[in-house]
Amino acid sequence: MLLVMSLACSLLLCSSLMFAGTVSGKVTYTGVPAHQKPIDMGKEPSCAKQHATPVTTESIVTGPNNSLENVVVYISSGAPDDGQVPSQAVTFTQQGCQYLPHVLVMHTDQELKIVNADQTSHNIHPLAKINTEWNKSQPPGTPPISAKYDKPEFISVKCNIHPWMHGEFVVLKTNHYDVSKGGGTFKLPNLPAGKYTITAWHEDYGTQTADVTITGNETKDVNFTFKAKAY
Amino acid sequence: MNSLKPMRLIGAILFTAVVGLVMAAAQDAPDVGPQPKLVLKAMESHIGNITGHAAAAKSDYRRYCAGCHGDLGDANGENAIWLDPKPRDFTIATFKCRSTLTGTLPTDEDLYNTIGRGLTNSNMPIWNTFTKQQRADLVAYIKIFSPRWEKEKAGEPIKVGAEPPVTMDSIAHGKALFTKLECWKCHGPAGKGDGPSAGTLTDSKDNPIRPYNFALGKDDSRFKCGNTNQDIYKIFMTGVDGTPMPSFADVIQPNDAWDLVHFLRTLQINRHGKENEVLSAAHGVIPAYVDKNPPPASAPAETKSPGGGH
Repeated sequence: MLLVMSLACSLLLCSSLMFAGTVSGKVTYTGVPAHQKPIDMGKEPSCAKQHATPVTTESIVTGPNNSLENVVVYISSGAPDDGQVPSQAVTFTQQGCQYLPHVLVMHTDQELKIVNADQTSHNIHPLAKINTEWNKSQPPGTPPISAKYDKPEFISVKCNIHPWMHGEFVVLKTNHYDVSKGGGTFKLPNLPAGKYTITAWHEDYGTQTADVTITGNETKDVNFTFKAKAY
Repeated sequence: MNSLKPMRLIGAILFTAVVGLVMAAAQDAPDVGPQPKLVLKAMESHIGNITGHAAAAKSDYRRYCAGCHGDLGDANGENAIWLDPKPRDFTIATFKCRSTLTGTLPTDEDLYNTIGRGLTNSNMPIWNTFTKQQRADLVAYIKIFSPRWEKEKAGEPIKVGAEPPVTMDSIAHGKALFTKLECWKCHGPAGKGDGPSAGTLTDSKDNPIRPYNFALGKDDSRFKCGNTNQDIYKIFMTGVDGTPMPSFADVIQPNDAWDLVHFLRTLQINRHGKENEVLSAAHGVIPAYVDKNPPPASAPAETKSPGGGH
């Protein structure tokens, strides 16, 4: 019976499904996070009118119970990169003079599409240091810009015309990642048995790591706590 | 003689302050521990029929370039702290003046021309005392500082077609593009470098940077990357990498680009040239541009410039 099962399993490659571990948890902060400043979009009325209430900077986004959002949690070692570059592009949209999403994760060599949904020109200026830096104008109504990065890197993105616009590209050599959302939660499913290093990265608070061992079909709880800086 | 004493005292104080500052800067520099060793790689450059060799430029670089660009090409030469804009950091291999697309390496000619031309509004002088061979050797030499030169080829130079004649139609269309592409957001409605975003601009190393003021200077006014109409065409098509000036190569058609060049020349109000001749023949008035092939009604409406050129 076992033999049949294991045979069927190896045929269906179900070992990763049957014995798939999950790492999940929560990202929180201690201390007082820096106050997010309201953005005055008065110089760009076409954007200002898209926001009923004034938007603020997004470098630190918090939720209830000291939860921290926009933290990229990924497997930084232990999971050999299977080299599978997702065929689907990730999209970075400029809307209301903001970046959606504020933090965008992509695999190396995965297609990145940059869309201008605004009625104003933006310039997209990702300040890459390991990959190559470029800077392109994207007036309204022009087709999406297609790009890719071939080396892992955390890249700050800005628009020089609208200096409040700031985002992050996170280029990873793994598909095992998540970005903490409302409540600071994240989940890394489909992990075969093994020893892993999990890294949590926040644009202002830096990185933290945790080691975890997955032995089978189990869910391991890993939590990260960042110390908030007041400014 | 007594009256000179306070001057001497002030001089001594100033001298001490300057020496102190230099020493403090030297202490801040990460020169503790072993210095990274510079490997003199056998890089070459090819300009026409001249071949430049890195090894041949070693003493020229040390004598003429290292003071600002640094022995390691990292823009940390002893004069660098006093300079604005900062010297180029050759370890990143991001260059302002290129004939190639944004994000790509410049051609050898681009770098060769930059050395000979110098960079206006900066401390980079015109190195016209060098022979062609010396310049070619220096182009090869700066390639030793970044591994990009071993892994990547220079970008393909953009094609610059023949320039159409300067007409008021061309200038008017250029002005419409200047408004539509929102060049004025940084350069200002009259190109004086005073647009609404001008005060917020920083370069890629977070140093404040000013947009180009077209209205300054007369016939001798220069752009960073050359002074011909072809050079202006290349500047906005390829972008000025490492600065807020983006590339417009994907969004401006070649003919439209020439119209923009013609309009930009009229922003150089004190320059004598055919563009300003056409403009003064029309009493300095640029008529509103009427598109003979209007886009479909669904296309986004053109935004209006808050000022207008003149």
